[in-house]
Amino acid sequence: MIQYYFDWSVITRNWGLFLEALALGLGLAVVSLLIGSVIGLAAAYARVSGKRWLSGPVWAYVEIIRCTPLLLLIFFVYFGLPEFGIYFLDKTQSFILTLSLYAGAYMSEVFRAGLASIPKQYVEAAKAIGMRPWQRQRWVVLPVMFRITLPSISNNLISLFKDTSLAAAIAIPELTFVARQINANTFRVMEVWLTASVLYLATAWLLATLLRQVERRYATIR
Amino acid sequence: MADDVLLRARGVRKSFGAVEVLKGIDLEVRQGQVVSLIGASGSGKTTFLRCVNLLEEHDGGEILLDGEPVGYRTEGGRRRRLSETAISAQRARIGMVFQQFNLFPHLTAEENVMLGLTKVLNKPKAEAREIATHWLSRVGLAERRGHYPYQLSGGQQQRVAIARAVAMEPRLLLFDEVTSALDPELVSEVLGVMQGLAESGMTMLVVSHEMLFVREVSHHVVFMDQGRVAQAGPPEAVFGNPESERLRSFLGRFHGMFGI
Repeated sequence: MIQYYFDWSVITRNWGLFLEALALGLGLAVVSLLIGSVIGLAAAYARVSGKRWLSGPVWAYVEIIRCTPLLLLIFFVYFGLPEFGIYFLDKTQSFILTLSLYAGAYMSEVFRAGLASIPKQYVEAAKAIGMRPWQRQRWVVLPVMFRITLPSISNNLISLFKDTSLAAAIAIPELTFVARQINANTFRVMEVWLTASVLYLATAWLLATLLRQVERRYATIR
Repeated sequence: MADDVLLRARGVRKSFGAVEVLKGIDLEVRQGQVVSLIGASGSGKTTFLRCVNLLEEHDGGEILLDGEPVGYRTEGGRRRRLSETAISAQRARIGMVFQQFNLFPHLTAEENVMLGLTKVLNKPKAEAREIATHWLSRVGLAERRGHYPYQLSGGQQQRVAIARAVAMEPRLLLFDEVTSALDPELVSEVLGVMQGLAESGMTMLVVSHEMLFVREVSHHVVFMDQGRVAQAGPPEAVFGNPESERLRSFLGRFHGMFGI
């Protein structure tokens, strides 16, 4: 049996790089979730609008994104768009665009279900005190929907965070890419990938715990 | 003396699909009056109430609030539906309390009362809070103002809902079977608040199955039957001298509750 000698000095020497890369991945996920939520919200309203010319294209967008592998979308946007004259995006912007569109499709389904689940009594109560249509959405429907969908939003954030590892494919220096680089330079396979895995796991778990606290804070709907 | 008529309905009709629920309702509510609608379920009481507040649109006849048609304007002899903004402005003058309370679940009792004050009446927050505190104390819930609906009993929720409606200073307050969803022991606290409002001169249109309350508090009682007004008059007349067999049998269900 081959003996593997662990040498953790490669990790301690590169600890700063690991953390920077982790922060970048987390940042990409959060930004994409935010943009994706805006897209998703608009898409959800389009889907429930009852207007064919609006809901049709949005339906197609959601289905195309949901049924295509994310890696392929990343390649398509990064390598494909310049062919159509869109060449002003650097790789990070291109990735954020892809991940936001991807998140948007999933969030639109979350929000659509959220909108559908809001009891119409709340809207009627808002009507009865004389609130105008957009006020009813802004002050009653959206806050209630936000609370109902919070667990799904959390899940999406954690998924997106893990999906940022795919950015390694277009050389964005997030955790997976950096780990691969350090591995290539030092051949400390076990140390490097174990560290990367534990960092992903710990961060995702921390996120989940944190978001559960947020959920608890907003749990006023029973 | 017809000038103090606040709400006037004439020949109000409403169908859901092929079913005609309101077959021409005539009704008047004067300033400061409490008018109660009674009748079996399905007789159209709630639908009529919802038409007054434009949660449903009536198909025929007219509903006038302060002489102004509710929900539409007439232009060259033609009816035009009002814009959503205009409809919202009309609704702001009519308060409504629902069977299921319908408190906003993400807001505290105080915030529930404040929302309409700040967003619809554009009052500053501090003033809205003052008004909310005032009305929450009037319904006996000042110390619960920071509670969320799920932390309140049904009776308390309904009292908050009443405070929310009254705080808007509506011309008319609608009550849609507001005690039907409550446990029996919680009914009286809500009826007590309503009686207080009636005594303070609030104009109220009430759908209720609480016959003792209706007889005690109403100035005018309207018995509805199958989408029509079957009998109307002061409570003594309606309860003491039911003209139709249907009213007699309807009241018979409450027999023993009063000395008829």
